[in-house]
Amino acid sequence: MLKIKNLYAGIDGKDILQGVNLTVNPGEVHAIMGPNGSGKSTLASVIAGKEDYEVTEGEILFKDENISELDPEERAHKGIFLSFQYPVEIPGVSVTNFIKTAINESRKAQQLEEMPASQMLKLIKEKADMLEIDRKFLSRYLNEGFSGGEKKRNEIFQMAMLDPKLAILDETDSGLDIDALKVVANGVNKIRNEENAIVIITHYQRLLDYIIPDFVHVLMNGRIVKSGGKELAHELEAKGYDWIKEKQL
Amino acid sequence: MSVIGHFKPFNFELTAMDFKDKLLSSYIAMEDYLEYNSPIHDIRNKAIKIFEEKGFPSKKEESWKYTSLNSILKPDYSIFSNKDRNVNLESVRRYFLHEIDTYKIVFIDGVYSSFLSETTHDSVDVCLLSSALNKSKYKPVIEAYFNKTAKSDGLTALNTAFTREGAYIHIPAHKEVRKPIEIINFSTGNEDAIFLQPRNLIVVGENSHVQIIERHQSLSDNKVLTNVVTEIFAEKRAYVDYYKIQNDKQTASLIDNTYISQERESIAHVHTFAFGGNVVRNNLNFFQKGERCDSTMKGITILGDKQHTDHNTLVHHTAPNCESHQDYKGLYAGNSTGVFNGKIVVDKIAQKIDAFQQNNNILIDDKATINTKPQLEIFADDVKCSHGCTIGQFDEEALFYLRSRGIGLKEARALLMYAFANTVLESVKIPEVKKRINMLIAKKIGVNLGFEL
Repeated sequence: MLKIKNLYAGIDGKDILQGVNLTVNPGEVHAIMGPNGSGKSTLASVIAGKEDYEVTEGEILFKDENISELDPEERAHKGIFLSFQYPVEIPGVSVTNFIKTAINESRKAQQLEEMPASQMLKLIKEKADMLEIDRKFLSRYLNEGFSGGEKKRNEIFQMAMLDPKLAILDETDSGLDIDALKVVANGVNKIRNEENAIVIITHYQRLLDYIIPDFVHVLMNGRIVKSGGKELAHELEAKGYDWIKEKQL
Repeated sequence: MSVIGHFKPFNFELTAMDFKDKLLSSYIAMEDYLEYNSPIHDIRNKAIKIFEEKGFPSKKEESWKYTSLNSILKPDYSIFSNKDRNVNLESVRRYFLHEIDTYKIVFIDGVYSSFLSETTHDSVDVCLLSSALNKSKYKPVIEAYFNKTAKSDGLTALNTAFTREGAYIHIPAHKEVRKPIEIINFSTGNEDAIFLQPRNLIVVGENSHVQIIERHQSLSDNKVLTNVVTEIFAEKRAYVDYYKIQNDKQTASLIDNTYISQERESIAHVHTFAFGGNVVRNNLNFFQKGERCDSTMKGITILGDKQHTDHNTLVHHTAPNCESHQDYKGLYAGNSTGVFNGKIVVDKIAQKIDAFQQNNNILIDDKATINTKPQLEIFADDVKCSHGCTIGQFDEEALFYLRSRGIGLKEARALLMYAFANTVLESVKIPEVKKRINMLIAKKIGVNLGFEL
């Protein structure tokens, strides 16, 4: 589904990603771990199409199509979803109005009619219940004044509504207490299936106790330096990242 | 039509000077019909002299630097209309807040329409200025308040001289008006061009509460120029919540002169929704006369084409421990022009003032213009005064966030514009007004929100 080949990308002429290779197939959950500043969030932003970053070499294939030149919305229409580490506050637009616009814009791109209001509201109710989201929360302005946990839960709510093929969860666990973490993880587990794939970007193994990854990759200095199964995450948690660094040198 | 026999007048258009002369002669004609022994006859005579002397403002005056009235003074306006003024209720229903029960004071071409109005004298007076001017029982109120807070600039004086009709609202002490009051001025287009000068007097007694919605609406594409004066007196601890909905046709222009005099501990909020009209000038003046007053003025301006809106605000703090808040937001498309000139004067005696002013703007098109000018005159030394203005682009992070959810660039921008304007609505206290304005904003910007079930 996702094939990243020898990807170099950076900002202001400085390469942050230095030859990333990654293949993600439908039904798989991948975790990308690494120390701060290793390029994890850059990788997430580059896949989602953030224009601040420039791809200088290599390619990103999604369903065998090179998407490196596509706009963020075009990537979203193809089924790529990024759960933001720091979701943007947009006072003035309610969560409901935002998600309504997102769904109908995506449908429009696929030459589909707008989703009927009754169906949309039913879907909103269903997904909000799944994520234990209070209905009042939906009429609040998007992310404005939300706690860290509410913001992340709202990201997963959007994911559930948009039903992407590939979801990248960028530090979704940061700022979550254990109860919120369980709710979010539980939601992700309900969304995952044989058709979609999930890439979890995280600094810690904590979230991976609840969303069990099939593969764990270690990103350091802009490259994936080690890959393994879920046990690698435990090893990293116990030993930190230094032992890999030493092995590299 | 054959060419022969079709004579055009040499000059369709008049100058500001011609219009002034026409007004001065009309005044003499009007004096014949004035109410007998009127308490305001002397005020009128003084006012017409002021207008004769000062005339219409020109761009040479500092506060009119960015707004020219020349183009809107040219049509040959009818000053008094005697033509038939029937309007069909169905055709004007949408201009009323029909979802809720309200008092209504409605004028058609400057003349009261009892058919469309719903007035009251039941513990509060919600009626007509003309009757208040003519009946002796209102004389003390007229003498105490009429023209007492209005400034003596040319435009206000012109309105004062010609005072004939408008809303008269008198809320005695300790009364909460049980429903909002709508003041609506329709123009039918029966005249090719009409000049209207409504005059509103609103007195809100001690500890009383009132909500008012004001609207000027043209029902045809004929030219309309309105020069309205509204005087509002908020007595001790009074609460005034006022909404100006300006969504008129682009053949209609408006000069709104509003004067609010506040006694101690009174609260006055004015929201101005400026979406329509050709040239619109809002002179919004607050005078704080006692301690612990709160004056709040908020505005949303959304313009396109060649529309021009000028918000000229004044807050004059003459007493200590008061607050004023100004928050104006503007979105300008096409060749439109916006002006925000916010003046705050703090007298030496007015210590511990908290005066806040913010004006944020987004220029959607290259040819749109915004002129924003804060003016602070502070003579007290212990005050908190802040002001800021921005002329902005869109937040790139927010745009990326929206686009990553599949919302295209154009729609993402529209949604951010909607969000930008919509935040001003938080302080709107009448839910139906909030909903109406919210829908107007969405329509103006072209976003499709909410659910129609």
